[in-house]
Amino acid sequence: MSVQILTANRLGDGAVVYRAKAGGWTERLGESLVLATPEDAAPVLAAAETPQASLEIVGPYLMPVDNSGGQIRPVETREFIRAQGPSVQFGNGHEVENTPLSLAG
Amino acid sequence: MYRYDEFDHTLVTERVHQFRDQVERRLSGELTEDQFKPLRLMNGLYLQLHAYMLRVAVPYGTLSSTQMRKLAYIARRYDKGYGHFTTRQNIQFNWPKLEETPDILAELAEVEMHAIQTSGNCIRNTTSDQFAGAAADEIEDPRVYCEIIRQWSTLHPEFTFLPRKFKIAVTGADHDRAAVRVHDIGLQMCRNEAGEVGFEVIVGGGLGRTPVIGQTIREFLPKQHLLSYLEAILRVYNQLGRRDNLYKARIKILVRSEGIENFKRLVEEEWSHIKDSALQLPEDEIARIETYFAPPRYECLDDTVREFEVKRFEDRDFASWVRTNVTAHKEPGYAVATISLKPTGKPPGDASAWQMDAIADLAESYSFSEIRVTHEQNLVLPNVKKADLYALWQSLRDVELATPNAGLLSDMIACPGLDYCNLANARSIPVAQRISERFSDLERQHDIGSLKIKISGCINACGHHHVGHIGLLGVDKKGEEFYQITLGGSADENTAIGKIVGPAFSYDDVVDAVEKIVDTYLNIRSEDEEFSDTFRRVGLTPFKETLYAAH
Amino acid sequence: MPLIKEGVLVEDLWQSIADEEALIDGPVVVSLERWQSERESLLARNTPLGVRLKSDQSPALIAEDLERLDLVALEFPKFNDGRAYSYARLLRDRYGFKGEVRAVGGVFRDQFLLMQRCGFDAFEVADKAAAEAWEKAISEISVTYQPGADARRPALALRRNRPAA
Repeated sequence: MSVQILTANRLGDGAVVYRAKAGGWTERLGESLVLATPEDAAPVLAAAETPQASLEIVGPYLMPVDNSGGQIRPVETREFIRAQGPSVQFGNGHEVENTPLSLAG
Repeated sequence: MYRYDEFDHTLVTERVHQFRDQVERRLSGELTEDQFKPLRLMNGLYLQLHAYMLRVAVPYGTLSSTQMRKLAYIARRYDKGYGHFTTRQNIQFNWPKLEETPDILAELAEVEMHAIQTSGNCIRNTTSDQFAGAAADEIEDPRVYCEIIRQWSTLHPEFTFLPRKFKIAVTGADHDRAAVRVHDIGLQMCRNEAGEVGFEVIVGGGLGRTPVIGQTIREFLPKQHLLSYLEAILRVYNQLGRRDNLYKARIKILVRSEGIENFKRLVEEEWSHIKDSALQLPEDEIARIETYFAPPRYECLDDTVREFEVKRFEDRDFASWVRTNVTAHKEPGYAVATISLKPTGKPPGDASAWQMDAIADLAESYSFSEIRVTHEQNLVLPNVKKADLYALWQSLRDVELATPNAGLLSDMIACPGLDYCNLANARSIPVAQRISERFSDLERQHDIGSLKIKISGCINACGHHHVGHIGLLGVDKKGEEFYQITLGGSADENTAIGKIVGPAFSYDDVVDAVEKIVDTYLNIRSEDEEFSDTFRRVGLTPFKETLYAAH
Repeated sequence: MPLIKEGVLVEDLWQSIADEEALIDGPVVVSLERWQSERESLLARNTPLGVRLKSDQSPALIAEDLERLDLVALEFPKFNDGRAYSYARLLRDRYGFKGEVRAVGGVFRDQFLLMQRCGFDAFEVADKAAAEAWEKAISEISVTYQPGADARRPALALRRNRPAA
């Protein structure tokens, strides 16, 4: 059974963030707080849906991940792309900061 | 081009202040996200997969060089150095920050642009023929009426919370480049028996989950009644359109459930009350807007330009570009040049900031500083002297914008798909890239001829797959990306909705499937027969047979 | 509910009566259903009367009765259910209703301007703070492009009256 992590977008700049093991939010998937059961996940999600949390983030939701082998990996294509950026080169390949990443798996 | 007067300037500037205030209220916690979301959407700011996305309106697809330079500046200063031109003739920035969006809107206001009503359940940017004003087959320049509609629909107090979004398209030419039959309202300029120019009004078309071809609600609408008639349609729709089901909320569903005759009766009854109201367009107002769209100062030229003909003879690559990307102009000695944003293997519709700057310069040198955005995600320089075409083409080649594929197979429409979009089920852009790589041989594309492939990453059909000669729709099958193929669609004056050919293909197999379809067409076409004509003649069967033949 | 009229918080002199409640003395607002079933007795009371319309109830249903009514309340079940904007236009423009047109339900400051332009002149809001924002909310956009049910003059009319340059 897959476990879950909590993700959202940061309010100010829209960046994809994850609820961090160390508390707060992180842009690094690997630093996510892994929620083993629905019972673990529910209060973490609830805390992210408060008015206080909405000053920091937008649209929190739980996403399934695979953490076998000690590495956190998204299960859905959508979340791979969200985590890694577009799977295509953009801006016709000029003056861009990111290079495309191939989809794992 | 239209130029803002003090009223337009004031409105757009006030709107920036208003949004700045709303953003501050959101950041301070005074507004919840639920309250803020409709406000940001009303200013074109979405939250997408990776970040916010700002959709900037390009009214009826017309841009000046100054505006294009500003878009380039915004791309560099506030985004990742590029923008994406859309099927609504708009431009999207994929990485703006919420905190900086009011500044971006202020920058846009400086060049008479905005992002008002590029999202939300309101009247969206009115679209038009990208060749408007230059097309040889035009009755009148439709942009005059697009601008009149733009003003009327901007912050319309009654129609800001419609059941669903509402899209209007206007064309002034017989050959429909604006897809007026697949819009909520389509306006086709026409003449009545007395020779007066007015509009055929088409209502209830649309793509999305339920593709419908619009029906004529009025054969001839005199110009002065344009706004009252639109208001009557919108008022009926606002009251009776379904609000209980997002997927049944567009006007096409209402028109279908009422039947066109009854819907027309409701509209005409409403119209009878408001037709002679303050909505009636005075002739001098039409004339005032017309002056903005007066033709540029064309030189008096011969239509046969020797040096152009010589270059075309000498330079095969140039000839190939002319063949696909240059269209007849109404003025002798002039031409319309399409700038393809579909280079092989690149995301359809993307342009980098330095390309935008280059296009702005070229428009200034060769096209009276005017640029158009097409609903097929290309750009157009509408007023180029034939004598300048060779120099233009050379300059375009320097900035990788001279791909000679307008109207050919690789000139695909693709929505942003799962690479950017929150709603998508599957990726679109990489599929388009792989198709264009598979068919990268331009000789082969020329041999195939006019063929429109349109790709949507979900049922919302932003990539117009229903009206592609070959349409691809991304679907999610147990977490895997699959693509359903439709054939025989068309968005022009012979509008048709494509038919599903059979079971969907996987991400890996879909390009092979497209190639099989193309090969089948090449095998069975009669001489000079375009794909859509062949399809009309033979139907789905031969394609089904080759696609699903047992190995 | 706090009530805003002419930009300020005012005491609400009207009682909104639920269908199962008994009528009380003084001005009352009743549902369309109650109005239709108790029309004669309501009129016999000889006190100001108002009718509350749900968002799927067009004012066309009470067009004949409007001269006997002093208030029509239009419900916004959600702020984004925009039917009542058209209803308000019909009340003012079509039926010439001069009484109070009240917005109730999902009514927020960012809609005040739109509502006022459609003919609403009373606004039931969830909290009093909305009243403080009134002035700003209705004046932050000063240009209008369309004729409405309010007194604002659209840009078209202003342009036509502009002295020639």
